[in-house]
Amino acid sequence: MSETHHDHAGSGSDMALRTQALESLLVEKGLITTDVIDAVVRTYEQDVGPLNGAKVVARAWTDPAYKQRLLADGTAAVAELGFSGAQGADIVVLENTPRVHNVVVCTLCSCYPWPVLGLPPAWYKSYAYRSRLVREPRTVLREFGLDLPESIEVRVWDSNSDIRYMVLPERPAGTAPLGEDELVPLVTRDAMIGTAVL
Amino acid sequence: MNGIHDMGGMHGFGPVEREENEPVFHHDWEGRVFAMRVVTPVPIPGGSRNNIETMEPLHYLQSSYYEKWLHARVKGLIDSGVLTAEELQARETLYRDRPNTPMPRLEDPERVQTVLANLRTHRSPRRDVDTQPRFDIGDPVRVRNLHPPGHTRLPRYVRGKRGEVVRFYGFQDVQDAQPPGVTAEPQAVYAVQFAARELWGETAEANSTVCIDMWESYLEPLEEQDE
Repeated sequence: MSETHHDHAGSGSDMALRTQALESLLVEKGLITTDVIDAVVRTYEQDVGPLNGAKVVARAWTDPAYKQRLLADGTAAVAELGFSGAQGADIVVLENTPRVHNVVVCTLCSCYPWPVLGLPPAWYKSYAYRSRLVREPRTVLREFGLDLPESIEVRVWDSNSDIRYMVLPERPAGTAPLGEDELVPLVTRDAMIGTAVL
Repeated sequence: MNGIHDMGGMHGFGPVEREENEPVFHHDWEGRVFAMRVVTPVPIPGGSRNNIETMEPLHYLQSSYYEKWLHARVKGLIDSGVLTAEELQARETLYRDRPNTPMPRLEDPERVQTVLANLRTHRSPRRDVDTQPRFDIGDPVRVRNLHPPGHTRLPRYVRGKRGEVVRFYGFQDVQDAQPPGVTAEPQAVYAVQFAARELWGETAEANSTVCIDMWESYLEPLEEQDE
């Protein structure tokens, strides 16, 4: 059984109706305003996404002092680039190395570092990913197309507290001539969750 | 609680299905539910997560992610007295029977700016306390075999298992449900690392570990004779 948008107890139109009813009541009671709801939806659809995290990674690849600050205090270092806020009060950045590959899951729900990665994709919240990654990470990663040799430790981080984890992927080989701005588009969301390498 | 949400290690959910070019929200209502949860200034008795975790297991499994959020929000607003189930039902009936009924609208640009600014700020979970952490980095520990009936951040799959403290995250508020009237003092939080074999026995995959954050009361020192 999967947890995707097309697989639910009520029908989609029931949910749309209930949502509409709830919003209308909350507006009438003055608890929310319509334009606030519009603005929050727009913010997370357009502004807060993995491009933020990609900028953090590219900076860390090109500025050793920044990387050091990022690994010592992720929250403060991502704030230097202007990223902060909800679900990012205590960001810890995990560095991938030739010996250790980090990958993040939230087995209990869906904890995810919104300011740097945006809202999580459906698969991150799926029952399959939540149940399996801690038990068979190599098998799951192979399904993502990532077959790691046994010489590399796979280190799974189960995000169950207010700490929010982000993976710092290894810089791809052959990118030495590239500057920070050219590196940004190479960094993918999945690499910052740890289900991909670059 | 030993709920259906505590999924770490379960079998049977099949492959991880991924969608190319996935939108942030698949339906408009999902975005509205997300935004209403994030901005409605009403404390939810017991917390939103508790309202999700206490769903009937079958209901939980069959509900999509934002259906769970909607369920938790509606229950929380009813429990806190902001609205009644009858009120909501009547409004649903209205929009079902007369789909062209206009939505009430409120606009307040100043409030938009305040809310967006609030979303960009946060309060660190680390608290200043006059206490020393019980464990040091490198200490061997065992997770206590706890089965609290209310909300907890201690998943089943690590209970009773032996691990090693690898990071210290300061003192943080306790998120586990407390008895009525009780406020727990902040506790030291650590990342504790477990060998896959300790968690999954002979079926464990090679050279893999799991790190998970542990409030201090989840842990006991690992005596030498236990090792």
